[in-house]
Amino acid sequence: MNAVTPIKSIGEYVPMIDGPEKVSGRAKYTADLPAAGGLVGRILRSPWSHAEIISVDTSAAEALPGVTAVITGADCDKTFGVLPIARSEHPLARDRARYRGEPIAAVAASDDATAKKALALIRFEVRELPAYISSKAALAEGAVDLHEKRPGNVERAVDFELGDVEAGFGEADLVRSESYSTAEISQAHMETHAARAEYDPLRDRMTVECSTQVPFYVHLMLSRTLEMPKSKIRVIKPPIGGGFGTRTECLNVELICALLARKAGGMVSIRIDREETLVTSRGRPQCEMTLKLGMKKDGRLTAASLELVQRGGAHSGYGIVTILYSGSLIYGIYDIPNVKYHGIRALTNTPPCGAMRGHGTVKTRFAFESLLDSMAREMGLDPFAVRRINYLAKPDKVPNLTDNDLMVNSYGLPECADLVEASSDWKARKGSLAPGRGLGMACSHYVSGAAKPVNWTGEPHATINLKLDFDGSIVLLTGAAEIGQGSSTVLVQCVAEILGISMSRIRIITSDSAVTPKDNGSYSSRVTFMCGRAAIEAAENLKGILVAAAARELEAEPKDIEVLGEIYRAARQDKGLSYEEVVTAALRDSGTITAKGTFTTPDFAQGGKKYQGAAIGSTMGFSYAAQVVEVSVDTDTGRITVEKVWVAHDCGRALNRLTVEGQIEGSVWMGMGQALSEELVYHPKTGLPLTSGFLDYRIPTILDSPPIETHIVESLDPLGPFGAKEAGEGSLAGFLPALTAAVEDAIGIRFTELPLTPDRVFAAIDKKRRSEAAAAKKAGKAD
Amino acid sequence: MKRLVRFTLNGAVREEAVADNILLLDYLRDGLGLTGTKTGCDGGECGACTVLVDGQPAFSCLMLAGALDGKTIETIEGLAEGGRLSVIQQSFHENLGAQCGYCTPGLVMASEGLLRTNPAPSEGEIRAALAANICRCTGYVKIIEAVEKAAARLRGEAAA
Repeated sequence: MNAVTPIKSIGEYVPMIDGPEKVSGRAKYTADLPAAGGLVGRILRSPWSHAEIISVDTSAAEALPGVTAVITGADCDKTFGVLPIARSEHPLARDRARYRGEPIAAVAASDDATAKKALALIRFEVRELPAYISSKAALAEGAVDLHEKRPGNVERAVDFELGDVEAGFGEADLVRSESYSTAEISQAHMETHAARAEYDPLRDRMTVECSTQVPFYVHLMLSRTLEMPKSKIRVIKPPIGGGFGTRTECLNVELICALLARKAGGMVSIRIDREETLVTSRGRPQCEMTLKLGMKKDGRLTAASLELVQRGGAHSGYGIVTILYSGSLIYGIYDIPNVKYHGIRALTNTPPCGAMRGHGTVKTRFAFESLLDSMAREMGLDPFAVRRINYLAKPDKVPNLTDNDLMVNSYGLPECADLVEASSDWKARKGSLAPGRGLGMACSHYVSGAAKPVNWTGEPHATINLKLDFDGSIVLLTGAAEIGQGSSTVLVQCVAEILGISMSRIRIITSDSAVTPKDNGSYSSRVTFMCGRAAIEAAENLKGILVAAAARELEAEPKDIEVLGEIYRAARQDKGLSYEEVVTAALRDSGTITAKGTFTTPDFAQGGKKYQGAAIGSTMGFSYAAQVVEVSVDTDTGRITVEKVWVAHDCGRALNRLTVEGQIEGSVWMGMGQALSEELVYHPKTGLPLTSGFLDYRIPTILDSPPIETHIVESLDPLGPFGAKEAGEGSLAGFLPALTAAVEDAIGIRFTELPLTPDRVFAAIDKKRRSEAAAAKKAGKAD
Repeated sequence: MKRLVRFTLNGAVREEAVADNILLLDYLRDGLGLTGTKTGCDGGECGACTVLVDGQPAFSCLMLAGALDGKTIETIEGLAEGGRLSVIQQSFHENLGAQCGYCTPGLVMASEGLLRTNPAPSEGEIRAALAANICRCTGYVKIIEAVEKAAARLRGEAAA
């Protein structure tokens, strides 16, 4: 019996528990749900970038045979939005359309062809208004305000200064300032947005199934826009085809679907197409930045000042959070004594932006690491050395706070940098590669869940229920949204590990508001940390019940019960009780057992009050990453090939090494898309989206994608579940500056504007050649 | 207008009257309920709808159901035998070739088409064969690994 040991789940390579359904095609995504007996919904979208809606005539559409319901802005006067302080949007535009593609009407019909025909019959009378496609135009004096409550088209301006920045620059040996810009990009998840809504007129109840990362927020917004009590609504999230932030807020699609279903008195399914999905991206905003850094001779930073303008699009969305993140996450990675930030989120006549993977940090990190690297070069310092001298001190207490009160209780960045330096053979290879080939490196970090949720209710951040019944199986009930990142697998692992049992004993049911506990959803890399902690607590509570039952059966004290997976025994000699026997004993006391665990972020994690919005960026812990990128540049075509990436990511304890690797690889690769090819383009005058499909919006294919050598660093966070932190976002931001550094190493040009499409690269190479030729000619004449 | 077509779908012969203008993708999904084949774009841009037509990977969104006469079609639902995963499906599962899983049926079918004609592909050949299939989650690293290991297992080499 002494050989009996608990089964280990944590820290292993565990294939995802929902993998078989995905690889076999059996997983039912929203658009795969049966639609028989229901109606097909279609959305009419604004062909104007900015227009006052004077009148709408839907009579011809309504009269078309096969059409059951037609709705317009007149059908819903309630706004929606993820931030309670910034709800500017209606499910269907009323009075004014503010971007090309904004929903202005919708129909439910017997089939798709009829629905399309009906849309073409809806007549609008409008008065066009000036459209502002760039932040600069929207912020210019005299521009028409997109929203009454946002004068000057400023969604939010953020200013803070911590320390004395001017004094900091005064102490520096080198002060440099540089401007950077990044394009608007899309999550471009593979499953286009979809919803199926079923209204039950007999009971006045609504059931909505939709592709979302945040079923709870969808629930709130359905209640608000339908003006139905929350108790009458049920929200279910089927498997979804990718998130990356595109669905971290309730979208108009699910609201329109529900409005149609209620008006039609039945079931309506909507699957929007790729072109529509690209305007409903809620992507990463286009951004203009100017960064100024002060540096001592040894590379130590003395001050940083960042000015940043984001083109937020036509509605608030997550905008205020994004512009705050872009400032607060200057901190948390290096020790910078003096920091100043000025950020402006502009409202423009383009589709609303949102929270994309690495929310708020990617642009800031691109600028910061780029300038740090350039200045190191100017000072003759090694890129690794200039990071090392600015590392944070190793945390020695909990909570350990940054100057802006963000919590850093574990810090594996030094180990990450050491690993990629060694594995890429940086010291030997940097500076000795063939012409046109180069190496660059950069670091990055990201939060493990927002410590203060955007929708503050005072409830725990996460709740997990475990049900144990006569069959001995454990059902894990959670609202945590599995979006392909492996959250269901990791939660089952946590419970299995505590109980020492096989994961196969546990079934998981997720994201059905009628069954599972409320959860805020999958965003800001919160699930592993917060739901993981709740799962551990629930499993500990269940274990306590089983141990107490075993103790009674064995006439022992609970403290003397040894749990060896499926054997509970009182002493080494005792053959003990089987798991089934313990379950039977426990059920005898109480019937079906429900054990619960919750997680609440402590007050000290929730950020400070040193400036307005300082709570944004507060988190339970930061992940850290370093990466080295090797490129070759074809100077005849301007085409950049990423030859290899070496990345190391500190995720605390890697709960599932397989999915951690997958998340890191996916993050690095998504950063590559932003750096090299991805760009949402709108016609500068008309606002017409010019990148409406994957032939124009260029995602890297398998032919463009490099080998990625992934290393995991486990700094073991004192508050994390088994010491874990986030793994799915932190490696993204570093790719962009590592790439531009590698390109500079290869061809001697430092790019500050992304993406580095071949035309942009070639133009710069050509310009450099011409200026070098002109200089040589001039020098020749001088001789 | 409808036309009568006779074809083999996942091993079974079917004779159906299909509308002239219906895409194979929509016919499979809406007509037959075979929703394993996915719609990811507005036509020929993403590869999520890849099926095998006479053993060759093809975009079902660029093909009319009316053109099926005499052809053999295989979809993701046809790969598993007796409810068990095929070697390629198992390898995608074990090696995390699928994250969100939406592009996976298309990638599995494209891999199936490759390994039937080339049991020992090089990494370059795998990349070339999967070049028309976009995955947004994995960065493709583990997809290549999944196909390599599946190929080895199909050749009877060491278990992947």
